[in-house]
Amino acid sequence: MNSDTINTPNSTSSNTTQEAILRAENVSVTYGSFQALRGVTLDIPKNQVVAFIGPSGCGKSTLIRCFNRLNDLIPGTKVGGKVTYQGVDIYGDKVDPVQVRRRIGMVFQKPNPFPKSIYDNIAFGAKINGYKKSEMDEIVERSLRQAALWEEVKDKLKESGLSLSGGQQQRLCIARTVAIEPDVVLMDEPASALDPISTRKVEELIQELKENYTIVIVTHNMQQATRVADLTAFFNAEAEEGGKRFGYLVEYNKTEAIFNNPKEEYTRQYVSGRFG
Amino acid sequence: MSSLAEHSPRKGQSLEKQVDTVRVFDQSFYWLAVIGAIGIGGVLLWIAVQIGLSALPAIQSYGVDFLTTTTWDPVRNIYGVLPQIYGTLISAAIALVIAIPVGIGVAVFLSENFLPNAVRTPIALAIELIAAVPSVVIGLWGIYVLIPFLRPFYNFLYENFGWIPLFSTPPRGNSLLTLGLVLSVMILPTIIAISRGSLIALPRDLRQGALALGATRWETILRVLIPAAFSGIVGSIMLALGRAMGETMVAAMLVGNSNQITPSLLAPGATIASLIASQFGEAGREQVAALLYAGLILMILTLIVNILAEIIIQKFQNVE
Amino acid sequence: MATTEDTIGRTKKINLTRSARTPFRSYFDFFMTFLTGAFTILTIVPLVALVWDVVRQGIDRLGIQSFTELPPPPGLEEGGFGNAILGTLITLGIAAAISVPFGVLAAIYLSEFGRGTRIAYGVKFATNVLAGIPAILAGLFAYTVVVLTTGGFSAFAGGVALSVVMIPIVVRATEEGLLLVPQEMRQAAVGVGATNFQSISRIVVPAALPSIATAVTLALARAGGEAAPLLFTALNNNFWSTDIWQPIATLPVLIYFYAIIPYEAQKEIAWAAALVLLGIILIVSISSRLLARQRL
Ligand SMILES: Nc1ncnc2c1ncn2[C@@H]1O[C@H](COP(=O)(O)OP(=O)(O)OP(=O)(O)O)[C@@H](O)[C@H]1O
Ligand SMILES: [Mg+2]
Repeated sequence: MNSDTINTPNSTSSNTTQEAILRAENVSVTYGSFQALRGVTLDIPKNQVVAFIGPSGCGKSTLIRCFNRLNDLIPGTKVGGKVTYQGVDIYGDKVDPVQVRRRIGMVFQKPNPFPKSIYDNIAFGAKINGYKKSEMDEIVERSLRQAALWEEVKDKLKESGLSLSGGQQQRLCIARTVAIEPDVVLMDEPASALDPISTRKVEELIQELKENYTIVIVTHNMQQATRVADLTAFFNAEAEEGGKRFGYLVEYNKTEAIFNNPKEEYTRQYVSGRFG
Repeated sequence: MSSLAEHSPRKGQSLEKQVDTVRVFDQSFYWLAVIGAIGIGGVLLWIAVQIGLSALPAIQSYGVDFLTTTTWDPVRNIYGVLPQIYGTLISAAIALVIAIPVGIGVAVFLSENFLPNAVRTPIALAIELIAAVPSVVIGLWGIYVLIPFLRPFYNFLYENFGWIPLFSTPPRGNSLLTLGLVLSVMILPTIIAISRGSLIALPRDLRQGALALGATRWETILRVLIPAAFSGIVGSIMLALGRAMGETMVAAMLVGNSNQITPSLLAPGATIASLIASQFGEAGREQVAALLYAGLILMILTLIVNILAEIIIQKFQNVE
Repeated sequence: MATTEDTIGRTKKINLTRSARTPFRSYFDFFMTFLTGAFTILTIVPLVALVWDVVRQGIDRLGIQSFTELPPPPGLEEGGFGNAILGTLITLGIAAAISVPFGVLAAIYLSEFGRGTRIAYGVKFATNVLAGIPAILAGLFAYTVVVLTTGGFSAFAGGVALSVVMIPIVVRATEEGLLLVPQEMRQAAVGVGATNFQSISRIVVPAALPSIATAVTLALARAGGEAAPLLFTALNNNFWSTDIWQPIATLPVLIYFYAIIPYEAQKEIAWAAALVLLGIILIVSISSRLLARQRL
């Protein structure tokens, strides 16, 4: 597989009209001596939902964590290539990861509310990012409404975030992310720990959030990708001589095209379920 | 596993009989272990009851007044431990005032990746070692090295801030302040080890969640991690408090063993433990009884603190 | 610089550098890191200073005679503290004889029979509370139980007091060691027909033996440094003694008495004894920790 042949939406479809808000150029990631991801180039267009799919271990989480520099937390991680956000290299010398993360939010696989009240879970991010105290009630309500959680929790804002159900916790995490009005929301398998009803709620939510946010979502659920994503990127892991595995981008296109008319054989096998 | 093979029933021996003795043996071993385990609680109870019973004669003679009397007079047989209770609490308070911020700070510093592992591990080891230094050695060092070293600072405090009641007596090296300072170092390992443990035990997601919201490292630490580890930290402080109140040799060697209550931290004082250590040697029957009563008070104080600490820490671990 | 609009129509400049933080936010992080780093150094300084001073003050007086001779009577110069070393060993021996079987049995119950039960929970609780009991109270306890009933201060009474100090340490560290033994080993033993006793005595305990030895050594190091429990149990003795029913000299008590009497020679002996005691304890503590770490 040659990375030169990888399609980006820009070169294949009408998406060229869309402005790219995030762009990965030839991104490679190594953990210590292990190369997890090799030569990924793709554009995330503004106000679109982009899904990352692919077998376990192919580097989807690794890539998504490059977009908000969360890989910085893992000692020994090196990111090669270039990641730009609105044209600014986010791994540039002077760039403060705190500012990057403030604009590029993230929702994790396992709901991780803080052991604080529901209210404070949301107010935390807003407070540290300089929103005024007087606006706080409004921000909390707006964010909870955006996350379709307001009706369920409006009477118990003082209760611990941990007292909510798993699905509610995940929506709380989404609410706290949108509270600080990021441009991009990264979601790493946000529904994989949830029951079907909660999953549907989260998916509906993604559809609504799309109006205001750009969303990148990692998912193992191919139905989910077809339901929520405008664009889909398929990743795979390949074994090198010597048995080392590395992940790479196989194909990136409109979701419809990936699922109905994939260009690559691997993609076709994967989306039709005949794959690892 | 070969050793086990030998234990399968041997030829020529009745299988049933073998099984029988083995079972009896097995059962008695089990019960022995049970007795050993329950014996721990038994020992704790025994100590409490024993000290309580031995204090009984003194309780009968001196009653509750023992707690409010400020004299300790073996000649007239008048005994009271108010100054000692005061000294115990004040020196422990000084120790905590210093050790809480420092201890939590160090716990954070050593639980985050501020330092490479190769530096962090020996530092953590060194801090553990502080707890291993025998307290008589610390006392010896305190008398001959630390007090002479501190004297100029004490003089400075007295001369410049003598108008503040806290520093209103001419400094003698042996004082509640000296004891408090040394105790603070002695209890730091307790606070650091347990606080650090509960910080490290926090789920990784929590830190990532905060950072992903654009929190700086210290915003994450102060607003998310420390509150989340709060009960572990409080538990560590309680344990440290118990340790400070019960520390004996350092108190006996550095506090001055003076039976008085003054607001000045530069003045010598006494703690319950230092009273027992310094008086027991020459004590007659009456005084020994009074000292056992003092011991009972110390035991009640430390038991309360330690039991609370355990409950807090256990609760925290169960949440995990 | 690129610009973008947020949901409520405000324009946000794309500034991703540190300067986008408020000044407070950017300095606060530096400040806190610096402060806690300074605290960390501050915490170690007293230990380093103490070890340094003990070595400096104790080394001159240290010699063969320290280990072989009796302390001098007040006013005289020569002499050592051999009897106190011997006494410390004897009292520790008595303490170990009581606390090790007891503690190991309790630990075996906790890790092999009682895991997760109410009793185990209670026993652990009691162990931790016992560990928090001031050492001086262990002394009072042994005084009332042994000294008062046997009619006098004795090495045995000292050993009993020290055993109270040792028990919780032995229980906790032994339990940890036993828990490190892989569950498969137990299953394998039971699988070939071993009884609990056989599995524990032939497989589990031998596998955990290094940890148990470490546990006992640590407990000995801790108890060996305690003076408070010995003050009115073992008391002191200016002569050689191996009689467990007689008062006996120990290193910590000798250091205490000699630290507070105004004779120069005794003071020097106290420093030399402190060096020996501290040296042994630090070496034991460091090596057992390193060993424990290696095993993990
Ligand atoms: N912190 C790390 N240190 C070392 N290797 C890592 C680390 N995180 C991930 N890896 C490795 O990098 C590769 C890619 O991991 P990544 O988590 O990105 O995969 P993924 O596509 O998200 O998989 P999944 O679908 O299971 O979440 C894997 O082989 C993984 O073992
Ligand atoms: Mg993943």
